[in-house]
Amino acid sequence: MPSRRTSPPRPRASLIFGDLWEFDPAPETADPKLKPRYDLFIGGRFVAPRTGRYFDSVNPANERKIAEIALAGEADVDAAYAAAARAFGPWSALPGRERGKYLYRIARLLQDRAREFAVAETIDGGKPIRESRDFDVPMAAAHFFYHAGWADKLAYVAPGAAVSPLGVVGQVIPWNFPLLMLAWKLAPALAMGNCVVLKPAETTSITALKLAEILQDAGLPPGVVNFVTGAADTGAAVMGHPGAAKVAFTGSTEVGKRIMRQLAGTDTRMTMELGGKAANIVFDDAPIEQAVEGIVNGIFFNQGHVCCAGSRLLVHEPVADAVIAKLKNRLRVLRVGDPLDKNTDLGAINSAEQLSRIRRLVAAGVREGAVLYQPPCSLPGKGFYFPPTLFTRVTQSHRIAREEIFGPVLSILTFRTVDEAIEKANNTPYGLSAGVWTDKGSRILRMSTELKAGVVWANTFNRFDPASPFGGYKESGFGREGGRQGLLDYARLS
Amino acid sequence: MSAARTQVRIPVTKTPKVYIGGAFVRSESARTFKVSDRSGAFFGNIPQCTRKDLRNAVEAAAKAGPGWARRTPYNRAQILYRLAEMIEARSLELVDALARFGERASDAERGVSVSVDRLIHYAGWADKYEQLLASVNPVASPHFNFTVTEPMGVVGVIAPDRSPLLALVSMVAPVVASGNTVVALASETAPYPAILLGEMLATSDLPGGVVNLLTGFRREMLPTFATHAHLRAVYADVKGEDRRALRAGAADSVKRVRFVEGAAGDWLSDSAQGLEFIRAFVELKTTWHPIGS
Repeated sequence: MPSRRTSPPRPRASLIFGDLWEFDPAPETADPKLKPRYDLFIGGRFVAPRTGRYFDSVNPANERKIAEIALAGEADVDAAYAAAARAFGPWSALPGRERGKYLYRIARLLQDRAREFAVAETIDGGKPIRESRDFDVPMAAAHFFYHAGWADKLAYVAPGAAVSPLGVVGQVIPWNFPLLMLAWKLAPALAMGNCVVLKPAETTSITALKLAEILQDAGLPPGVVNFVTGAADTGAAVMGHPGAAKVAFTGSTEVGKRIMRQLAGTDTRMTMELGGKAANIVFDDAPIEQAVEGIVNGIFFNQGHVCCAGSRLLVHEPVADAVIAKLKNRLRVLRVGDPLDKNTDLGAINSAEQLSRIRRLVAAGVREGAVLYQPPCSLPGKGFYFPPTLFTRVTQSHRIAREEIFGPVLSILTFRTVDEAIEKANNTPYGLSAGVWTDKGSRILRMSTELKAGVVWANTFNRFDPASPFGGYKESGFGREGGRQGLLDYARLS
Repeated sequence: MSAARTQVRIPVTKTPKVYIGGAFVRSESARTFKVSDRSGAFFGNIPQCTRKDLRNAVEAAAKAGPGWARRTPYNRAQILYRLAEMIEARSLELVDALARFGERASDAERGVSVSVDRLIHYAGWADKYEQLLASVNPVASPHFNFTVTEPMGVVGVIAPDRSPLLALVSMVAPVVASGNTVVALASETAPYPAILLGEMLATSDLPGGVVNLLTGFRREMLPTFATHAHLRAVYADVKGEDRRALRAGAADSVKRVRFVEGAAGDWLSDSAQGLEFIRAFVELKTTWHPIGS
């Protein structure tokens, strides 16, 4: 019979799974079927840019050139708007039942080529294949499928009012979820009967242009969707075009404000999905293991390139030490490296520019007196990488607690009372999302009511669904994407 | 002798004051502007409110906001209904005021009665819009996911010169029905009906600070309406350059800007009211929670 231990247990060295053995590489090998050069997609055809210029798209995982992308100038944007305007009459007159069938086709064709798109997305943007395969691509297809079903049910969208499409919509999307953001923008606009001119982000244009192939295969009428690629100048031309009845932008708050000023003298409608600095709040009664997983998912999902990332952790003081200790252990087993490796947790930072922004802000955190923790990990020699990082002893005045870092960097603050947690969580010009971890139902509902954020995740984080409206309060923008509420932002009511 | 005493009575004139934070005040600047009636006779000195008055009003509105938003929808409905009762009871006075500053008697009567009806319309909405704007969302994962509305906070209203009562009521009512608080700038050319409205607000059970009414010059105050960061939205009946200025200033704090468009400005008609005007001044909040053990 084993003797029962009577003396107090000695502290054990923690068992770190990742220290035990090395993983063999497990690369995803599906062919992304890339072309060496991508033209603009205007009027249903791939056309060379009138600028005659192309720029390189680089794989951030190894800094190798993947393809050349056409640089659209103002004349190209004009041509795209003209094509969309020509297509608008017949497209908006098409019965919703038939419009919906095109969207269903797009969803199905994307599902058919899901793995190919996932690999292309990972090569172009640097996100782990696990995420592009299990999240970005299936969720993009789900958005087309969901909105397809709305096209013939628009009479039910706004009780007491008739809805009609607006016309041509200009859309500019970011580089963090290239295909998914494109689906969020395209699907509701098309279901409502609008036509679209869309500019993907400069560093991640490829899956949009691959989707153009699907639009051709689906037989979508020419001009209903047009893609113009390029950088900030192209984006400004798309947003400021007089042919736009509405513009929809997802990106930084800084650029969003610039667009709002640019369009101040026009009657162009706008929706803005901008930055965030979400608080993820952990109470002492929370299921700690689950909360730690939620914190990790909240800040390290997509290398932290997420506008709704839980980048400010607010921990209840009684459990702060325990949560931080567990987090540090958890960070040590995160695998940083080749995004195409199926075991990779953190892939590549999207661009050299973004990497330097992250480094700048992390340096500011150290300089301002927060305490940095990074697990020991070796980063690949080539490519843009940043280790998972957390800061303790962060105060509300630190830049790392106020500014959106858009990288795998977590700032940890503590609180004592519910009121203090609310006060700190809302102490930001942003208001996109928030997280709450507690076992107490009434506290969840109170927090959800008091937090000034468009999305509140309670005992979960970073969940998305086409049926679930997403969008911000305050300087995180206005308008919603997803659900009946998001659809309405593409409609004229009468 | 006693006959001589009753022969002449000089009427007591009223000092027009604006209604801010539940109190009747002059402009902090002590500035006024003269208003004459349609016959050209002097009527009174109206407070010429300043940017500072606007900021004070925003502070009062911000203070009143959480309490008003926490009232039950049923309670907000009853208070709006009570305001309609107050206006109905003093409708002769309002008709007289509207007619005195240029409206035809029949238009003035109609303006007042539609104002009352409009308030009752929105009183009824207060405990109903949520069921139409909110939703439970069928997500493809084991989560309970729902979207509810919340008031935006303090909303600025810039009313037109014409229809000085009805337009103001039509713009303010949908905004406060959902729990927002308001700082409104009244008609510049006919400000007195708004001053009367303030007196009715004060007796309507509407908590002080929920609706704050300013008088003065639009061009002086419009830039502050645009840029004041605590005004989360602006609802304005303005045109041209004023629109550009509001939109440009609003960009600094990503403020929601909404203008009176088309049939919505046909104040006497039913197209000037409805759910859409409530929808325009609420935020949508989506909450997720796992369904499980």
